[in-house]
Amino acid sequence: MMTVAYEMSQLEMLEAEAVHIIREVAATIEKPAMLFSGGKDSVVMLHLAMKAFWPAPVPFPVMHVDTGQNFDEVIEFRDRTVEKYGLWLMVGSVQDDIDAGRVHEEYPGAPRNRLQTVTLLRGIRENGFGAVFGGARRDEEKARAKERVFSFRDGFGQWDPRNQRPELWNLYNGRHRKGENIRAFPLSNWTELDVWSYIRDENIELPPLYYAHRREVVERDGMLLAVNPFIQPTESEHPFDATVRFRTIGDATCTGCVESSAATPEDVVVEVAAARLTERGATRADDRISEAGMEDRKKEGYF
Amino acid sequence: MSALLRIATAGSVDDGKSTLIGRLLYDSKAIFEDQLSAVERTSRARGQDIPDLALLTDGLRAEREQGITIDVAYRYFATPKRKFIIADTPGHIQYTRNMVTGASTADVALILIDARNGVLEQSRRHAFLATLLGIPHLIVCINKMDLVGYSQQRFEEIREEFRRFAMKLEVNDVSFIPVSALTGDNVVQRSEAMPWYVGTSLLQQLEEIHVASDRNLIDPRFPVQYVIRPHQSSHAQLHDFRGYAGTVAGGVLREGDEVTALPSGFTTRVSKIWAPGGRALKEAFAGQAVTIELADDIDIARGDLLCRPHNRPHVGQDLDAMLCWMSSNTQLSPGGRYTIQHTTRATRGVVHELDYRLDVNTLHRDESASGLGLNEIGRIRLRTQQPLLFDPYRRSRETGSFILIDDATNNTVAAGMITGPTRHDAMVVWHSGSVRRTERATQGMTVWLTGLSGSGKSTVAAELERRLVASGRPAYLLDGDNLRHGLNADLGFGAGDRAENVRRVGEVAKLLADAGLIAIVSLVSPYAADRARVRGSHSAASLPFLEIFVDTPLEVCEARDPKGMYAKARGGEIKQFTGIDDPYEAPETPHLRLRPEDGDAATQAALVLDLIERITL
Repeated sequence: MMTVAYEMSQLEMLEAEAVHIIREVAATIEKPAMLFSGGKDSVVMLHLAMKAFWPAPVPFPVMHVDTGQNFDEVIEFRDRTVEKYGLWLMVGSVQDDIDAGRVHEEYPGAPRNRLQTVTLLRGIRENGFGAVFGGARRDEEKARAKERVFSFRDGFGQWDPRNQRPELWNLYNGRHRKGENIRAFPLSNWTELDVWSYIRDENIELPPLYYAHRREVVERDGMLLAVNPFIQPTESEHPFDATVRFRTIGDATCTGCVESSAATPEDVVVEVAAARLTERGATRADDRISEAGMEDRKKEGYF
Repeated sequence: MSALLRIATAGSVDDGKSTLIGRLLYDSKAIFEDQLSAVERTSRARGQDIPDLALLTDGLRAEREQGITIDVAYRYFATPKRKFIIADTPGHIQYTRNMVTGASTADVALILIDARNGVLEQSRRHAFLATLLGIPHLIVCINKMDLVGYSQQRFEEIREEFRRFAMKLEVNDVSFIPVSALTGDNVVQRSEAMPWYVGTSLLQQLEEIHVASDRNLIDPRFPVQYVIRPHQSSHAQLHDFRGYAGTVAGGVLREGDEVTALPSGFTTRVSKIWAPGGRALKEAFAGQAVTIELADDIDIARGDLLCRPHNRPHVGQDLDAMLCWMSSNTQLSPGGRYTIQHTTRATRGVVHELDYRLDVNTLHRDESASGLGLNEIGRIRLRTQQPLLFDPYRRSRETGSFILIDDATNNTVAAGMITGPTRHDAMVVWHSGSVRRTERATQGMTVWLTGLSGSGKSTVAAELERRLVASGRPAYLLDGDNLRHGLNADLGFGAGDRAENVRRVGEVAKLLADAGLIAIVSLVSPYAADRARVRGSHSAASLPFLEIFVDTPLEVCEARDPKGMYAKARGGEIKQFTGIDDPYEAPETPHLRLRPEDGDAATQAALVLDLIERITL
């Protein structure tokens, strides 16, 4: 008997699944939008969207929920990417919501990750988005491990983890009424290592922060934080120069970096494969709030 | 070997399921230090001495507080050999729908049994659901071996008990591993406490299990998902581009292949195949997401399907399906109308009839049931507004599955597995006999001997019949060659006629078995799918079916050549002769395999007799 190996590698399977999900949203849900922050997961997701509709352009806009507390390199990268691919970018500004009194900062310069929820929900409502793609992965966090690929949000943008729609085979139910919406997660089954292996194989450009560079940092709560306009050393802290890179990029006030000499995607793949801490545990102060920190934020409507 | 393996676990917290997964993750070093320290903190706060590994998988606040698993959680880990996705599903009956969800995409089901309790109702339910969802491989972990003194005897008792039950199910591949999730015995490392166990550890089995052949690479099916038309593009050559994007649901499609678009029926050719991003491909196979260009401009939209002109799915509006009801708010009742989502097609459908509700614990069919409630499973007859393009689920998970959506709430309320088109004979009322099977003097079964021509099937079968009758058991031999003189005299040797030959013999055997006889079948029956159908129809009728593979090598059969057929086939006088120019698909997991080294026909018949006696005990 003739045997031909019709087999797919792990990354080929994950890519096919993500492309299927992205096409399914575009085919079945009116007015989708894709979240794009310039972070590695959203860059990979956008790359997959470009591939899914080739040779046509991506048939939906991208949206950035901007905390106003950013790393300059990331905003520069975001704008350059949008320009290069001729995408339509919409920016939802957390600062606008603060100025309008819709949300309140706990104190000036506090992390604004949680505040993003209000801005995100306003962006969805005002634009009438029926679906929003997010780059969240189930391996990131234990509440996310429970989430569907097509995740239903009620009229208040909220997630009810105990009452999720059954999701079987590759049949995704994106039906919803006006005012409700679907969050779609094409990278659900990817791990941090898969994302980096894919970045390496596909030669995907990222903001330079993801690779080793020299930078002034300060140690706080066991994390290394970059000294920038939002993070200033206190009197008892001693800033120093180190060779670091970021494993995740979020609000500049609460995203830590790690000491690393990984200068290329290949180096990072090796480093991630050997890592003994999760990316969020290592570098995200916002996830350390409590054991159910993410579950609570997600119920409110967070990414 | 495929690099990705999807596993569904079933069992309740009491069986140690979450602990087993925690152990797999922990011992394969897939747990990060910060995750472990969080588990240690919580365990200490609850006064537990050793870290409770179950906390690694129970992700929701309510789950941690109540110590139960409510919803499917997905876990990821990798070894140097492959990557694993675990769908960790709750085991209690009130979460059957969650288990069905997790099982729908799995390659392997892990079933946990507490060694102290043995095969319980819920173990049977998990095994049944795994086979209903078509999971090709089953691994039964007999857990808590440390609490039964690592007893080999206890392990074997449970294994035999499970096997007796599994014989009624359509399982192709079952294996058994004695483990202790708590201590780690046989999870990642082979256990030193159980030297009598000669198999591999659970992780090693998972690493080595072969799943690539589980996909359907025979029937080309391409449901169109999205039409790509960049007509506003500034690039002139893209102006006329019209690509059909989708994921190949089955088979292989090649550049230049003739394809038929359904439901329109127009035939054209594949002109180009593109991988995402525009890499040209010569062919696309099941699982790949691609974009296909066709030679002719025919009207094709989302929901249509491309197949080969001579290998088409069923096209129809009436179909039979097994249905798992998933809504707690409403019941399924005959007459109910829903949106049905099947491949990329959505239409409306009405449930005409509920044939029966199945008790998932006993497999008893309740034909008087008037509806299905949450977590209940039954067989329905469905009529759709537009025709569906489908295959039986057993043949293709992709084109055989559907969901029902409640239009009032937009919720997914049911998962369906198509058994086939509604047959006209199904409209003929089935007369249930007034004599129940258990009231007959003897209980029947079918013993099916398959193997090459000249393998010695008929000799073994005749000897078996003689011994059974001599010992007072009613038995009857159905010989393939003899039946071709009468019942099957109208059939030739093409693939279609062979399939029909097997089907008829299978039906006759089933009638004899139902009547209380041991039906012995001796038939080449070369195709696995045909044998699987007979096995399935026995399983549907709750009749035992034993597949015996008379595994005599081709050289030996050819040397024997009792009827001179091989010589004729070699000489080209006979075409499509099994083993020469037509394949023999050997059973992968027969109930018994008879090799020449096992002894002569009498010895081999004795081995079959042993097996029969073991299951009728």
